Amino acid sequence: MKNDKILIDHGSGGKLSHDLVQQMILPVFDNSLLSRQDDGAVFQIGEDRFAFSTDTFVVTPLFFPGGNIGELAVNGTVNDLAMCGATPLFLSAGFIIEEGFSITDLEKVISAMKKAADVAGVAIVTGDTKVVPIGAADQLFINTSGIGRVPDHVNISGRHAMPGDKIIVSGTIGDHAAAILIKREGLPFETPILSDTASLNHLVKKMLDASDGIHVLRDPTRGGLGTTLNEIAIQSNTGILISEDRIPVKKSVSGICGLLGFDPMYLANEGKLVAVVRKDDAEQILQVMKNDSLGKDACIIGEVVSDYPGKVMMTTHIGGTRFVDMLTGEQLPRIC
Amino acid sequence: MMTFFKEFKDRDLAVHFIEKIKTVSRKKIRLMEVCGTHTVSIFKSGIRSVLPDTISLISGPGCPVCVTSQEEIDAFISLSRLDNVILTTFGDLIRVPGTESSLQEEKAKGVDVRMVYSTSDALLIAKKNPDKHVVFPGVGFETTAPTVAAAILSAARLKVSNFYVYSAHKLVPPALTALMALSSGNIDGFILPGHVSVMIGTDGYRPFFDTFKLPCAITGFEPVDILRAVLAVVTQIEYGKPSLFNAYERAVRIEGNPKAMSLMARVFEKKDALWRGIGKIPESGLAIREEFSAFDAANRFQIILPEKKDHNGCACGEILIGNKTPPECPLFRKACTPLHPFGPCMVSTEGTCSAYYRYHKEPGN
Repeated sequence: MKNDKILIDHGSGGKLSHDLVQQMILPVFDNSLLSRQDDGAVFQIGEDRFAFSTDTFVVTPLFFPGGNIGELAVNGTVNDLAMCGATPLFLSAGFIIEEGFSITDLEKVISAMKKAADVAGVAIVTGDTKVVPIGAADQLFINTSGIGRVPDHVNISGRHAMPGDKIIVSGTIGDHAAAILIKREGLPFETPILSDTASLNHLVKKMLDASDGIHVLRDPTRGGLGTTLNEIAIQSNTGILISEDRIPVKKSVSGICGLLGFDPMYLANEGKLVAVVRKDDAEQILQVMKNDSLGKDACIIGEVVSDYPGKVMMTTHIGGTRFVDMLTGEQLPRIC
Repeated sequence: MMTFFKEFKDRDLAVHFIEKIKTVSRKKIRLMEVCGTHTVSIFKSGIRSVLPDTISLISGPGCPVCVTSQEEIDAFISLSRLDNVILTTFGDLIRVPGTESSLQEEKAKGVDVRMVYSTSDALLIAKKNPDKHVVFPGVGFETTAPTVAAAILSAARLKVSNFYVYSAHKLVPPALTALMALSSGNIDGFILPGHVSVMIGTDGYRPFFDTFKLPCAITGFEPVDILRAVLAVVTQIEYGKPSLFNAYERAVRIEGNPKAMSLMARVFEKKDALWRGIGKIPESGLAIREEFSAFDAANRFQIILPEKKDHNGCACGEILIGNKTPPECPLFRKACTPLHPFGPCMVSTEGTCSAYYRYHKEPGN
């Protein structure tokens, strides 16, 4: 890495984050579980297989349309476990609180965490609190780690996409990032856009019960759908072909993107998943998803192909083609 | 009913225009889309892949960040480093590399750089921080210059004495004229920018058109807009009847937006300006008028510029005038990527190199 300092783009979830992990972290901690680079580590203890994952939440603002940092922290780790095909069981919660933070706000966050944990069916069983002087943290940071059990028949990994597989996305993309952006920047939009934060483990269970043809599950959080698809293409060494017309985007999200020069393909989601599934099972899995409130807008957006391994290609609305790259840095609003 | 939205994304209409273009186009031609937003839109909708081989689209100098000169970027960085200064900026300037640093790197070192969405946000920051100097780098064409003029007028009216603009604004028509000299007859027609045209109107290009009589079409940013403009220019070329065609009637009037233009003229006066890749173009920039010099950062602060360094091999200059495409630059995708850009065409999302990097299909890539 050329930079001698960490830039904000190292946290964007795009290429620089990818490089940070690849070049600085993986070689040092190197082990077989870590090198799989899935959303969590899956390992066997005795007869049982478990998934273990962790995530840290530093969102600004803490409270946003559709949720707050509390439910985000619970849902985020629950979803990482669910994307390993695991049934989430237990969570830890670590709080870094800035001196002077409002007790009332902390209560709201904790209560949101409890509610989210109840919905997901997990228990928060251990935790930690630290308070740091003013300026040493921005109000409140939360880390959650979680452990879940992986059913015997389940074998999910970013490396399992195969040519012919269909790609399903569970609903409209970019809602979370758009909601945060509007609130954080005080943009005067009349249409309310709510964050999609939700725990996806129940939806995943229904999908896994319906078919043994689910090869990859991913939640396209930081870096968005575009980055997630690229990661799958790289991990599986296959190409991915998607159709622009099939990608579900809310009109309001598409509007704000048009205005700021953003691409919804790179906006974060907190309650959506991408599934790469066996072709013959795709319709059946899609139906199961559509019957769940969290997957009602699910659709098949494309397929895995053997051409251009490691790359994502898009058929555009007017019938043209173009590549879809990973996010290379935080999207910045353009001048005109 | 036309909603002025869906129609211009309509697939059937797009296919209709593509077929017509294929029927009409005979000669091998090079059309320049001047505007960076057009460049991105052309890539995102895959327009190149549906046009016949006879038509090459080349990208011009219409990304405001890309044509900002190295000296101006260095001046912004120098201003950001001054004591007691908050540098407020549009987002896409943050990563642009100056000679030694970028605003993003300065920010990581602790300099107060804040991203804003409009000039009025910058003015608001000035009002809220009366003990700080709030500097705004004025970058952009006729599209953004009037909003910056409005902010300066508001600051004058409200007596906000800690708000400053460093004007690096540029004007599009003089650049078109300069391009004609530089491209040595390589450009057969122009797709003219949408946003700028809303401001200057079709009349804004009249002197340019009357001089060069080159086929032109003004258009918007949806696929159908662009295809319609391509068809218009191709038809003009094939029939040998150049015109200044407005394919963006829903937004562009003959006279443009006189109110915005008069605001711009009230605060700014024309000056010669340095364009990256093109060099000095007479009367193509905007300086803050003497009357408003209290708001002129160039006037108020001492700006220290680093020694000039050449970026060996960077072809931004040739790319900006359409003489080269990014894959022809030896640094493209190798030393120069959006993460480590050498030139501004790679850093701005509207830059030609960045658009090629993100969307372009290349053999073996």
